[in-house]
Amino acid sequence: MAIEIEEPSAGLSRVAVSETHGEDSPYFAGWKAYDEDPYDESKNPSGVIQMGLAENQVSFDLLEEYLEQHSEAANWGNGISGFRENALFQDYHGLKSFRKAMASFMEQIRGGRAKFDPDRVVLTAGATAANELLTFILADPGDALLVPTPYYPGFDRDLRWRTGVKIVPVHCNSSNNFQITPQALEAAYNRAEAMNIKVRGLLITNPSNPLGAAIDRPVLEEILNFITQKNIHLVSDEIYSGSVFSSSEFVSIAEILEAQNYKNSERVHIVYSLSKDLGLPGFRVGTIYSYNDKVVTTARRMSSFSLVSSQTQHLLASMLSDTKFTENYIKTNRERLRKRYESIIEGLRNAGIECLKGNAGLFCWMNLSPLLENPTREGELTLWNSILHEVKLNISPGSSCHCSEPGWFRVCFANMNQQTLEVALKRIHDFMEQTKIKKNLL
Amino acid sequence: MKLLSRKATCNSHGQDSSYFLGWQEYEKNPFHEVRNPAGIIQMGLAENQLSFDILESWLANNPDAAGFKRDGESIFRELALFQDYNGLPSFKNALVEFMAEIRGNKVRFDPNNLVLTAGATSANETLMFCLADPGEAFLLPTPYYPGFDRDLKWRTGVEIVPIHCSSSNGFQITGSALEEAYQQAQKRNLKVKGVLITNPSNPLGTTMSRDELNLLISFVAAKDIHLISDEIYSGTVFDSPSYISITEALMDRNLELTNVWDHVHIVYSLSKDLGLPGFRVGAIYSNNATVVAAATKMSSFGLVSSQTQYLLSVMLSDKKFTSNYITENQKRLKKRCDMLVSGLKNAGIGCLKSNAGLFCWVDMRHLLISKTFEAEMELWKKVLYEVGLNISPGSSCHCTEPGWFRVCFANMSEDTLNLSMQRIKSFVQSITTDGDSRNRRQTVRNSRRRSLTKWVFRLSSYDHEPER
Repeated sequence: MAIEIEEPSAGLSRVAVSETHGEDSPYFAGWKAYDEDPYDESKNPSGVIQMGLAENQVSFDLLEEYLEQHSEAANWGNGISGFRENALFQDYHGLKSFRKAMASFMEQIRGGRAKFDPDRVVLTAGATAANELLTFILADPGDALLVPTPYYPGFDRDLRWRTGVKIVPVHCNSSNNFQITPQALEAAYNRAEAMNIKVRGLLITNPSNPLGAAIDRPVLEEILNFITQKNIHLVSDEIYSGSVFSSSEFVSIAEILEAQNYKNSERVHIVYSLSKDLGLPGFRVGTIYSYNDKVVTTARRMSSFSLVSSQTQHLLASMLSDTKFTENYIKTNRERLRKRYESIIEGLRNAGIECLKGNAGLFCWMNLSPLLENPTREGELTLWNSILHEVKLNISPGSSCHCSEPGWFRVCFANMNQQTLEVALKRIHDFMEQTKIKKNLL
Repeated sequence: MKLLSRKATCNSHGQDSSYFLGWQEYEKNPFHEVRNPAGIIQMGLAENQLSFDILESWLANNPDAAGFKRDGESIFRELALFQDYNGLPSFKNALVEFMAEIRGNKVRFDPNNLVLTAGATSANETLMFCLADPGEAFLLPTPYYPGFDRDLKWRTGVEIVPIHCSSSNGFQITGSALEEAYQQAQKRNLKVKGVLITNPSNPLGTTMSRDELNLLISFVAAKDIHLISDEIYSGTVFDSPSYISITEALMDRNLELTNVWDHVHIVYSLSKDLGLPGFRVGAIYSNNATVVAAATKMSSFGLVSSQTQYLLSVMLSDKKFTSNYITENQKRLKKRCDMLVSGLKNAGIGCLKSNAGLFCWVDMRHLLISKTFEAEMELWKKVLYEVGLNISPGSSCHCTEPGWFRVCFANMSEDTLNLSMQRIKSFVQSITTDGDSRNRRQTVRNSRRRSLTKWVFRLSSYDHEPER
């Protein structure tokens, strides 16, 4: 994506006027169409259904129930010192009780197969801040991070905009279910070298957004070999780790490091957040977990620019230290997501649409390439436009995720209720029927 | 090894400065009225702890605000999902009204020109990213808040060029100081993109005069550069002269439709006025649509928790609360400042006449062995180790004259403040009466401490938040 830099207007910086924030991509046009005509069961039943938002709305009742039973988490209890102490607390180390709760929550999500040290947990205002921060720490302006495609569109802004760091894509394709291969990694690295760009690290999202699938253990091991051999960093964004439908299917990079006694682990950093697993994007709770002491210290200092509200830390420390609550939450949330996933897959299959086999996340990766008039990016965008304006579904085109094969779309299923999902599936079904009829008539 | 970036390995985060040694010593031996009455009293922390009772009573009477309820109904889901970088409308409305109220309602602010950020720390850095490229510079009057060295320069690559102010005129900004700073920047081949002032000033504790404000406005207009006015202490003005904000100064000169109106940007926060630094609530206010648009997108990297936005939207919409709070808070600050000033006077120590802030700018030049920064450091260490007070040396604020110290008064009880005044008085008495023998013993102790300190400086880069 070309970065257009105009003459800085009214004495602003190049960063301020560049387009690297990425907000002019078609990805956001869909949002606009939704905002102008949002679906509502009763008030606007023919409106656009938002399926481009990876939000988790399936388990709020569990959180609300917890809050009702533990009001002191939200109101500091009756002690005088509670509020003041909390209001004054701006230490970038973060509330110790919260870090402990976070570390323990992350362990539970991984079924106890990895241990996390609360003193290595650095808190940031969301994973957005965490990813940018790590980029500032691991790379200089002009350097690059390798990122496997397809990837979360927000990375274009988060990793590049203010940091001046480039993204070099690691191309993955459907021939092997979009898995990352050593060849693809080598190819990307060589491409960067040929352009005289210094690669500082590889950033993977595991489970993957937009694929909705966890990375296999052998692939993770290959990735570790690759980064060790090239002497670069590895950032593993595990923001969807609690959204894997079955605990046994997710392998965190932490487990692999533990299994090899943390050899060479100072090059590995994990990003996490409560935005997806707990469905709390508004609370801005992210974390960097690094096995590198210097990175932990620097990240902590840099987190001054994006600290988590102490009010929010207090609330979540209470919630996440309650292991009875967290165990039940993790299990129930997983189960509900799995059910949603199965119902969307079945619905799509009935409409004649196949998806990538997934096992995690809040979305599925749908293959509409058979419907493309032209197997090109333009063809994909044309199809996307019809789906947006005729079928009235806002889904995310693969091109916005830098997918190298046209025709794939990310479809979210956890940000609406079951009825709305069924309405969406019906619309897709009807659209497919009409398309078949049209094709037969041609 | 896997190297880190230049930003990660450089020292621009500023945490190796001597400023942090005081903090370290305090943490090792913190004063406590009962448990450790001989411990070090923290007077280097610009926190406002005087009005928590007013906040606590409001919270007790309005439990829904912290309980995620609106009109008795739960809005937990709505808040949990709200991550719009345009901010909660009800909060922005309440915040701009609060800002206007602080300015005596002499000005009005448009919530659409307000960008929320995780604290003023984030706001200031974001403005640098928006207004300057790496290698360009901002002019800052000295003395200034030590944290600016990190906030404005670290990740942005922007340089700070000081505008030297001196005690000869109460550290006010002069036309010649401005010009000189600008020339200095040119000499260093640095393109100046703007001036950043803190008004009321940290560490001076004074508000800017109309003349200074007019001087600045004319200067930035003539050079066609930006002006950032960090007004984080605007609610702490407790005495005359009354506060003139930059907006008021511009309006009084009818500059609303001119270029300079688009080049002035305000930073605010609830950390000082409301005493809520932990909640990370900051804001950028600008009449420049491009700046607002860019800063809004950048705020993604430091949004304010929706839980906190909601709580404060309810609190700040309560006008009875805000008007009572503002007045009462200012009253209490004045009383404290007066206590500190008279206590210091009693010890033969003067301060810069102040009317705002959470600290005084104290003149201890007469206690220096020599008019040097080395002597200032010696004095600072004496005050830290012998008197047991952690105060901030002027050199850490880039003051050009040695002997000035910032002493905070709003982060402790009245009794503790009185005790600190007693300690200072005894200390001054002891140095002035018992001159020679003390000096001899001191020299030995000093050299031991000097080598210890050097060792500590080399090995430690103490991990702590720089305090405003």
